[in-house]
Amino acid sequence: MHNKNLYGITALFDSPDKIISVAKKTAEAGYTRFDINSPYPVHGFDKAMNLKPSKLGFITLVFGLTGSIVALLFMFWTMSIDYPMIIGGKPFFALPAFIPITFEVTVLLASLATVIGMIVFFFKFPENRHPLHNTNYIKQVSKDKFGLVIEASDKNFEYQKVKDFIISLNPIEVEEIYYQEKELLSIIEPKFLTLLLAVALVTSGTTYFVLNELLYMVPFSWMSEQLRLNPQNSCELFADGFGMRMPVKGTVARGFMPYLQKGNSNPTELLENPYLITEENIKLGKSKYLTFCSPCHGNYGDGDSRLRGQFPNPPTLHSKRAQEFKDGMIYHIIVNGQNSMPSYASYLNNEERWAVVNFIRVLQKAKNASDSDLQFVKKENNKNASN
Amino acid sequence: MNIDYSREVPVVEGRLSLAQIEELVAKPLESKPDKKYYIALTISGSALMLGAICLAFSFYYGLGLWGNNQPIGWAYDIVNFVFWIGIGHAGTLISAILFLLRQKWRTGIARFSEAMTIFAVICAGLFPAIHTGRPWLDGYLLPYPNQHSLWVNFTSPLLWDVFAVSTYFTVSLVFWYIGLIPDFATLRDRTDSKLKKTIYSIFSLGWRHSSRHWQHYEKAYMLLAGFATPLVLSVHTIVSFDFAVSILPGWHTTIFPPYFVAGAIFSGFAMVVTVLVVVRKVFNLENIITMDHLDKMNKVILATGMMVGYAYAMEFFIAWYSGVQVEQFAFLNRAFGPYAWAYWIMVSCNVIFPQLFWFRKFRRSIPVMMIIVILVNVGMWFERFVITVTSLHRDFLPSSWAYYTPTLYDIGILIGSFGLFFTLVILFTKTLPVVSISEVKAVAEGAQPSHIGGIVNA
Repeated sequence: MHNKNLYGITALFDSPDKIISVAKKTAEAGYTRFDINSPYPVHGFDKAMNLKPSKLGFITLVFGLTGSIVALLFMFWTMSIDYPMIIGGKPFFALPAFIPITFEVTVLLASLATVIGMIVFFFKFPENRHPLHNTNYIKQVSKDKFGLVIEASDKNFEYQKVKDFIISLNPIEVEEIYYQEKELLSIIEPKFLTLLLAVALVTSGTTYFVLNELLYMVPFSWMSEQLRLNPQNSCELFADGFGMRMPVKGTVARGFMPYLQKGNSNPTELLENPYLITEENIKLGKSKYLTFCSPCHGNYGDGDSRLRGQFPNPPTLHSKRAQEFKDGMIYHIIVNGQNSMPSYASYLNNEERWAVVNFIRVLQKAKNASDSDLQFVKKENNKNASN
Repeated sequence: MNIDYSREVPVVEGRLSLAQIEELVAKPLESKPDKKYYIALTISGSALMLGAICLAFSFYYGLGLWGNNQPIGWAYDIVNFVFWIGIGHAGTLISAILFLLRQKWRTGIARFSEAMTIFAVICAGLFPAIHTGRPWLDGYLLPYPNQHSLWVNFTSPLLWDVFAVSTYFTVSLVFWYIGLIPDFATLRDRTDSKLKKTIYSIFSLGWRHSSRHWQHYEKAYMLLAGFATPLVLSVHTIVSFDFAVSILPGWHTTIFPPYFVAGAIFSGFAMVVTVLVVVRKVFNLENIITMDHLDKMNKVILATGMMVGYAYAMEFFIAWYSGVQVEQFAFLNRAFGPYAWAYWIMVSCNVIFPQLFWFRKFRRSIPVMMIIVILVNVGMWFERFVITVTSLHRDFLPSSWAYYTPTLYDIGILIGSFGLFFTLVILFTKTLPVVSISEVKAVAEGAQPSHIGGIVNA
């Protein structure tokens, strides 16, 4: 029975020809947990050692493809969905223009994954505590010798048999390698912990300083310190001391042509409805009506306020008086307000006001439909169905 | 001249043993630097400081200190960027493309040229970053979710550049480090100093020269070489897109991608030869970086130089053949306009002088090759200058035509970039093995089993 601490038995050889034949013989003798150590890869060692081909390429393939797909999808999402913008007349999904970055990301991800995968999963590195380190054996194979090590964990390992086998190979040197005594993990040493703490403090301190202080110092702050008037600031240039100026008298905002009957409760002249009742127009009217009018007038214009008496209920929009209003009159009420209803002129532009008028007409028609209207709707529906 | 072609010429000369190779390469790391080293470091460090001071002034007072102004919006900053990124290409070509082509002679120069790639890309990356004027805001170049819900423009060649250069740098660095792992292990097992041992152990990750690891390692090296090859071609292609995708006469040229790649390899090899000639002499590496190496690199310089020359001619032909008047003007203006001096420096340095490399005697003469490669470096810098500045300085509106002159700050920053490059190179020669120990051992004479596989011998 051999020592429990034995890692394996090593032997040194001095020519590449020799080590290849040694590898072959060791593999033929049925050992599987053996290794050849050489300062450089010797041609043909994989065949001699009976090694299976490296599977590293699969990592490369998977991560390379992931890189291409992720890059392409990400560019598709940003340029076509999240913030579509026409650039240089190209389509949103400009495939040829996406190829360079797709390629670069593929290469980057595949290379990094290959290397990290190899080091971490195939080599199980970093491992500076391996029993072979700091032995004469490793120093020799690092320089110009070729070594064989048969590990004690091999299922065919019998101390005397292995020793005899190795000596029969005619090595220049044989060495037994033992596991080192267990050491305390240096990771919990106070020195190391202090270092970690110091690194954490310095890193976070520097980051804080750079992002919150340095970038607001001269000259980095020069971009924000400019000769211009910031909003809400005062200014000595003007007599009233305000930095922000009112528009020149008579300025008209786009889409807000002044309504001449404003403030007149009995308008002398009413506007004509310039908009046709189209599906699009009614949709716009519906959305505006539901936003601005329905809280008081109710979703169907019945005057059933959602405010439940906190505010005086308006009369129904289906009254005879309301039905007989001209379009221009409803428009006038929207802009001007009536009784306790305020003006909605600042909420709705011209098109939206007329759209609301049109939608109110739709509501009125729907609530007071006659038989002939029903017949007409049926006929229309049949027509659509037969189409 | 009698050359025996029946026998392969050994890559490593002088029948060095494996231990001797290791001794030779590790020697600079194990000896104290001498006076010459400090003198060289002082010179390159001073150049670096000069650049740093010019940069500090540029940031404090703004980029108005530079010579570029409308219509010449791109000048030294972009010229230097393209120049340095081109220098970098030789390293990847040697380490990846020649690896795939099974060129054993690459092993002696691969490490050094890879290091030069990384340093050159560092110099190159500096220029677009400072060209923005406020480099501390360069984070905006990356696509990240932000409060403006804006994204970078993925259809712009300038953004492709960001991805190409950063990927190129990362992959080159990883490739370089992978090659260094076995050498770190060798150095770890050589040294007696506790501090050095700790550092080498950390970087070697615990490498044991195990064949079970070598197997994956060789696979990974090949995969990385397979990626680095199209990558290096893509990087300068994308750099050329910065020009070619625009519609400016003189830039809008379909020949740009191959022309730029050939030019990059041309200038990169010239820089590698420039530095290697010095390094092999100073560190007595003449047996590992042999005259054959330099000879082969000079052949590459000759070949790529002629490709570049062909591109120069073809640009003129296409300008005439297209029948586009502004295109014709752009090229006539290049050769005979106010910047004719720069154009003819470019043509003579890049096309005429390298023709001397047709002769074996000149390819193998250190002084001749030194002069030619330095001229090539100068010529290739002027090529980028000619492309960038002459295409811009006379735009479509004659009233805005201008003549670009660099300011002292422009020149200071250019000198500073050379200072940065050579400081990094000089530090590298004393901190890391300048030649890959394990790769050179593997191609030494008798390092590999005989063709009968060693079975008979054993």
